Amino acid sequence: MKLIFEKSTPGQANDILPANPLISQYAPPTEALRANAPRLPEAAEVAVVRHYMALSRMAFGVDNGFYPLGSCTMKYNPKAAERAASSPHFTDIHPLQSQDSAQGCIEVMYRLQEALNEVSGMGATSLMPAAGAQGEWVGINIVRAYHAHNHDTKRTKVLVPDSAHGTNPATAAMCGYEVVNIPSGPDGLVDVDALEQAADNTTAALMLTNPNTLGKFEKNICRIAEIVHNAGGLLYYDGANMNAIMGVTRPGDMGFDIMHWNIHKTLATPHGGGGPGSGPVGVCKALARFLPTPMATFADGTYALSGDDSGGIKRAKIFYGNFLVLVKALYYVLALGADGLKEASMRAVLNANYLLRALEQYSSLRYDSPCMHEFVLSLDTLKEQTGVSAQDIAKTMIDYGVHPPTMYFPLTVGEALMFEPTETESRQTLDDMANIMDKIIHTAKNDADLLHTSPYTTPVCRPDEVKAAREPKLRHYDH
Amino acid sequence: MGYIPGSSRDSLSMLMSLGLDNLDQLYTDVPAGVKLHDGLRLPAGLGEMAATRMLQDVAQKNTIYRDVFLGAGAYRHFIPAAVDNIASRNEFVTAYTPYQAELNQGVLQSIFEYQTMICELTGMDASNASVYDGATAAGEACLMMQARKKSTILVSETTHPQVMEVMQAYADSAGMQVVPVAAKDGATDLESLQSLLGSEVAGVYMQSPNYYGVIEDIGAAAGLVHAAGALLAVGVNPIAAAILKTPGEQGADIAVGDGQPLGLPLAFGGPYLGFITCKTALTRRLPGRIVGETDDINGRRAYVLTLQAREQHIRREKASSNICSNQAWCALRSAAYMSVMGPGGMSECARQCYANAHYLLDCLQACGFSQAYNGDFFHEFVVQSPIDPALLNAQLAQSGILGGLDLGGGNMLWCATELTGKTEIDHLISKIKEVAG
Repeated sequence: MKLIFEKSTPGQANDILPANPLISQYAPPTEALRANAPRLPEAAEVAVVRHYMALSRMAFGVDNGFYPLGSCTMKYNPKAAERAASSPHFTDIHPLQSQDSAQGCIEVMYRLQEALNEVSGMGATSLMPAAGAQGEWVGINIVRAYHAHNHDTKRTKVLVPDSAHGTNPATAAMCGYEVVNIPSGPDGLVDVDALEQAADNTTAALMLTNPNTLGKFEKNICRIAEIVHNAGGLLYYDGANMNAIMGVTRPGDMGFDIMHWNIHKTLATPHGGGGPGSGPVGVCKALARFLPTPMATFADGTYALSGDDSGGIKRAKIFYGNFLVLVKALYYVLALGADGLKEASMRAVLNANYLLRALEQYSSLRYDSPCMHEFVLSLDTLKEQTGVSAQDIAKTMIDYGVHPPTMYFPLTVGEALMFEPTETESRQTLDDMANIMDKIIHTAKNDADLLHTSPYTTPVCRPDEVKAAREPKLRHYDH
Repeated sequence: MGYIPGSSRDSLSMLMSLGLDNLDQLYTDVPAGVKLHDGLRLPAGLGEMAATRMLQDVAQKNTIYRDVFLGAGAYRHFIPAAVDNIASRNEFVTAYTPYQAELNQGVLQSIFEYQTMICELTGMDASNASVYDGATAAGEACLMMQARKKSTILVSETTHPQVMEVMQAYADSAGMQVVPVAAKDGATDLESLQSLLGSEVAGVYMQSPNYYGVIEDIGAAAGLVHAAGALLAVGVNPIAAAILKTPGEQGADIAVGDGQPLGLPLAFGGPYLGFITCKTALTRRLPGRIVGETDDINGRRAYVLTLQAREQHIRREKASSNICSNQAWCALRSAAYMSVMGPGGMSECARQCYANAHYLLDCLQACGFSQAYNGDFFHEFVVQSPIDPALLNAQLAQSGILGGLDLGGGNMLWCATELTGKTEIDHLISKIKEVAG
């Protein structure tokens, strides 16, 4: 499809701004001006709208169909949350207008902070981080601030299980820590003996996702917490998989000291093709002073943004966070309430187990107890027998109208496909998925070549990623 | 319940097919000691109607001002209707990061077009798909400039104070030092800059128009910085960039900024849009997602996430940044905005901002306000107020006017955009005269 620049007609403009006679009276000096105008599209409004409509038809969201992208929690996003956040009384509020004129915004933040504290079992939560990875970065900076506060300067290492999300080691490195990988045992759980050997007085923290990226609950969590705490380290919770456990168990109760949320996963806010997300950070009471400020407070009938910044990281981004995302999250918490959040998690886990039961016949990876909200298939046997890879299977799903699961993650599993169906899919959708997989596997065994060049129903097929990286073309104009 | 399809009979039969009697049996791996036995202490679910009305009531506690003269990092501009309409398509709103290129060419192409537009605006060679906001873009720029044995970043004191705090945080956690460069008459003191440019300096950050609205001499700074073997990152306002000399023309190595003025509402501070661009030599140091053009197996033009060897999901602890989610939907809005406005509309918008702000200054001066700094400015400026700023703003609020930012010591930072033209400014001035009595 043509780029919008290729649809440009020189001189075409839209009549948007009124004439302003002041511009002839007050014009910037010529020497301050750029030599050439930016080559932005010159297109009539109708052409722009049609262009984006055409692009949208080549895009696939959870509103288009089943999206079992593991670790991303692609649940349905309630439309009422979108409407609530689009109120001009939220969108048209300046972040620096007086607090008495922004009481509604601060109330949203305060109510959400309180709700997140309760669901996570943490003592205090900052809504500032813009996404999960930024939450991790704030959290690990809090680790650093805590140890520095205790003049404990020997702690230079962050322990990360080998099945962790890539953001965990990347965050630790970004914060100046040495990353120590902790192996998984044959059961896919953290090898507790290896952890015990690695944890010592150089350990700043362990970063852990629970349930982990295999969709297994780290059942030795109490022992893990004990080991890390006895070594003087802190326990960090990656909240990417919170959707499995709301109302069932809480990071705070498991012994975690710091955590981040992924609001755009767990609390059903849309991901917008890559963001905005929101990654609030919760900490136990003893670490509350290290959170970024300001925070929302409530006293004597008045909401306020305040907090001393004597502690850890002063500020993670400008202003207070991805506010409109927070409005949507609060809507979700209000609409579902205590029982609804718990049911969401339990039904997510039920759906995952139901689908796992249907698909595990194709996998060499076995679950000897129920999985949590997601599970991983290993298709290495299929690959050996037919030459059909996990990627071939995933790409073929596209032709059946399904967004593929996460491919080749976690790195500890060969030919991995990670499915996370979420609670907002019906039994029928899961049964359909099982039938689709059955058909694809049948094709793999009988006509493998057909799958190496799928999908067939999309505008493009298997773009050349090597060429894209070797000869990067990152914008339309060469000069 | 809520948004979960299917009846309780469905879930019971699904449980039975798994050989289970109840949902609790799914959680056998969760130790009894950490289970939540009494449930969450949250109110019962309100359902759609009551939750909607409750949030409407909360929203009503906020005051919308008709005329906004407050900027300081968040700018109210006119947003064409087509922007909201385009950005509300559910295919864009509810998509994840386009990991599956075949299924999301629309998202990928929109990002490629965004990258092109941001490069055009800044005069730079390469852009990523966005970061969280202008402040974190400046923070990431620090990390991009870090070099072996060079870990000091000089940051002009004319930078937005919150951007400075975020840069400080990014630098601190990476073991880098931030050293402020003094300001003189509201602009970066180039003599002070030169004196600080030692061999330990990896890079310099300046904002133009700066926090006080003043247009900095980036070209002169670039000469000094490069002579000292360091890199220059510049923070720009994207509306100003439509007409003012670009960072690229002036020799910057990195240009960053907040794209909020490009079709994003004030929204109490977010979500906004961080853009980050650079010269070709630094492309592989960019953080986060980048979309590139390539061919598919049938030779058709295609777009993919590329240069992923920089990223956390591939490189883990060796990644250039930990960023994963960005602000893609905000970038889409900005691209739709730039497309509808076009080069002519963008230039007109910038010229109106400039003219309105200069007219506002003239009017304020006639009321006894005095300009604090001499340098030319874009759409913001600092004046010394003859009236207590807090008192003045409280009075203006009564008339639906959001006045300038109180900087302390009687100084105020005022902003005008295309939305505050002669009519709005004359109205403001009449109200100021009432307050002055």
